[in-house]
Amino acid sequence: MKVAYWPGCVSRGFTPELHGSMAKVAPLLDIELVELDRACCTGAGVIAEHNQELADTLNARTFALAQQVDGAAMMMNICSTCQGAQSECQERLDANAEYRAQVNDTLSAEGLSYEKGLTNKNFLWLLVEEIGLDSLRSRVKRPLTNLKVGPFYGCYIVRPRDRLGIDAEHPRDHYLHQVIDALGGTVIEYAGMRKCCGFPIITMNKDASLKQAGRHLGDAVDAEADCLVTPCPLCHLNLDLQQPLAEQTVGRELKMPVLHLPQLVGLALGLDPKELGLGRHVVRPTSVIDWSTSVVGAAA
Amino acid sequence: MAETHLPPEKFTLRMRRYDPESGDAPYWDEHTIELEPHRSVLEAILQARDRFDGSIGIRCSCRQAICGSCGVRVNGEPALACHTHLDAAKRSAREGVIEIEPMGNMPVIKDLIVDMDAVHWKKIQRVTPWLLAKQPVPEREYIVPKDAMVDVTQTMACIQCGACVSDCLAMEVDPGFIGPAALAKAYRFVGDPRDDEQFTRLNDLAQDPQGIFDCTHCFKCVEACPKDVNPMGQIMRLRRIATQDQHIVDKNNGERHEAAITGLVRNYGLLHEAELIPRSYGGNSWFAKFTPAAGKELLSSLPVVIRGLLRGKVNPRIAIFGHKIPRQDLKAVQAIYDKVESRPERYELNLYVSGEDES
Repeated sequence: MKVAYWPGCVSRGFTPELHGSMAKVAPLLDIELVELDRACCTGAGVIAEHNQELADTLNARTFALAQQVDGAAMMMNICSTCQGAQSECQERLDANAEYRAQVNDTLSAEGLSYEKGLTNKNFLWLLVEEIGLDSLRSRVKRPLTNLKVGPFYGCYIVRPRDRLGIDAEHPRDHYLHQVIDALGGTVIEYAGMRKCCGFPIITMNKDASLKQAGRHLGDAVDAEADCLVTPCPLCHLNLDLQQPLAEQTVGRELKMPVLHLPQLVGLALGLDPKELGLGRHVVRPTSVIDWSTSVVGAAA
Repeated sequence: MAETHLPPEKFTLRMRRYDPESGDAPYWDEHTIELEPHRSVLEAILQARDRFDGSIGIRCSCRQAICGSCGVRVNGEPALACHTHLDAAKRSAREGVIEIEPMGNMPVIKDLIVDMDAVHWKKIQRVTPWLLAKQPVPEREYIVPKDAMVDVTQTMACIQCGACVSDCLAMEVDPGFIGPAALAKAYRFVGDPRDDEQFTRLNDLAQDPQGIFDCTHCFKCVEACPKDVNPMGQIMRLRRIATQDQHIVDKNNGERHEAAITGLVRNYGLLHEAELIPRSYGGNSWFAKFTPAAGKELLSSLPVVIRGLLRGKVNPRIAIFGHKIPRQDLKAVQAIYDKVESRPERYELNLYVSGEDES
């Protein structure tokens, strides 16, 4: 399956192991990634806060570039925040023809035009809806047996439900659960799994931001998770990179490894932890998980 | 509706009970009631109270989603008990038992009744929730452009039920946050062309460390609101007017953070993460890192940065120079900035007002 691939900024900047692991995992799932390397940042909701039309036009440009990719079934991203910011812009662009024409008029300087109705899916959604859980299960080489994984959804990929197309037929707010299960792991539920990681206010209210990260990590520790998995690199920054500071803020030891979704999938598909960039995390997964035994519970 | 003809069914309610005056801990209480599936969770609670336990505490009045009295949590999600059908509640219930709890972020008075005065109404009062009219006030009616009032109708739909307050994740860690309901109310007056205090109101809300820049952008309030008020959207509009129209530079880094992201994307096409912290603290310039505020923050972040570098999480080249999109594309992106930002008036499409024009 060929997709127009939007990796986002942070996955190529401060969490390079995310983009890297996606590139390794894609061929194992028969996904051909055509990277949208000409596209710009989605603005993460902040450019929309500054000027809505600006954010909508910048994202319409990305959508138009995606629609130019020959043979691509859809656009795919690996960042929940990108998904949320892009979905918000797309909702406005698709709802109003006059507005779309105004935005396209700006894009016409570059010979681009966005046509209503782009399909843009986060890797998590694509994994469940396009690859399918049965197909994913059949590709598992190293089931995550005995691995207790806490899903961390964050906000942008689960709210608002209508805009993100979450309904009884598409329980996208449960997909991490389903993927962990399909990979042979054990799902650990905890209070913070669909709450805010705190990243958006890290420069405005650092204490509250780290308190959010620390509480969710603490909830996961109390629920006896071995690690967390997230589809959002910004959540990863607050939950992993900032974890030592979050520990100080909430006054307890956490030591909770946080994996990017493609890393967890890659492990189960038999890839080497090192090539998935697992050694790059601040809280090293190897500090609490013995990959050589518990993950290789029933190697094919 | 077909459901209105369905016969009564049994529904099991699991209610959170708590009487602070008793000295006993909260506990769960189960009752099975019988009602038609289209009836409301509120009717079910009232039946349980009438038939099994007269001491169940629930506040309600209109029973038609207008008065905002019966806010509770149904299966963990905020809702008006009178506006939640039993069949829908059962569908979202774990193992078929409908779980009902009091709202969050507010102290419980008894069972499902929370103290709205202590939290919600206090915060509403905080934002001066009345018009401070421009003088002189006309002798007869105040005539304003229709579009200007349509703009604030969304916030006027609020019924003060407190569902958004109950679910606010910023308030969960920072109880002093003014919060979604009160800030939506603030927009009601900030957006009103008759109000004379737009700058004062916004400056107050921007400078308050628990004001408009304390919102974490989690969409919880958007999802919680039974009236589609979109409190988070109103908070973003407050920020937009504060920073873009009133040029308020707040001490909480709100304006600088927005300017930093918007400016970095203009300069690089992508987010230059290493520049985000210095610019958010020191202003939107490469020299920001040498300002005292940014210097202090960078120093405190040094262990985090060093750890990131040592682990290879942060690439030193990207940390110093950032990453860019190709030159030609960057020019195109900058042309978009130039065109949109030079419009005489900022354009904002509000789908609540305009709706969708096509199927």
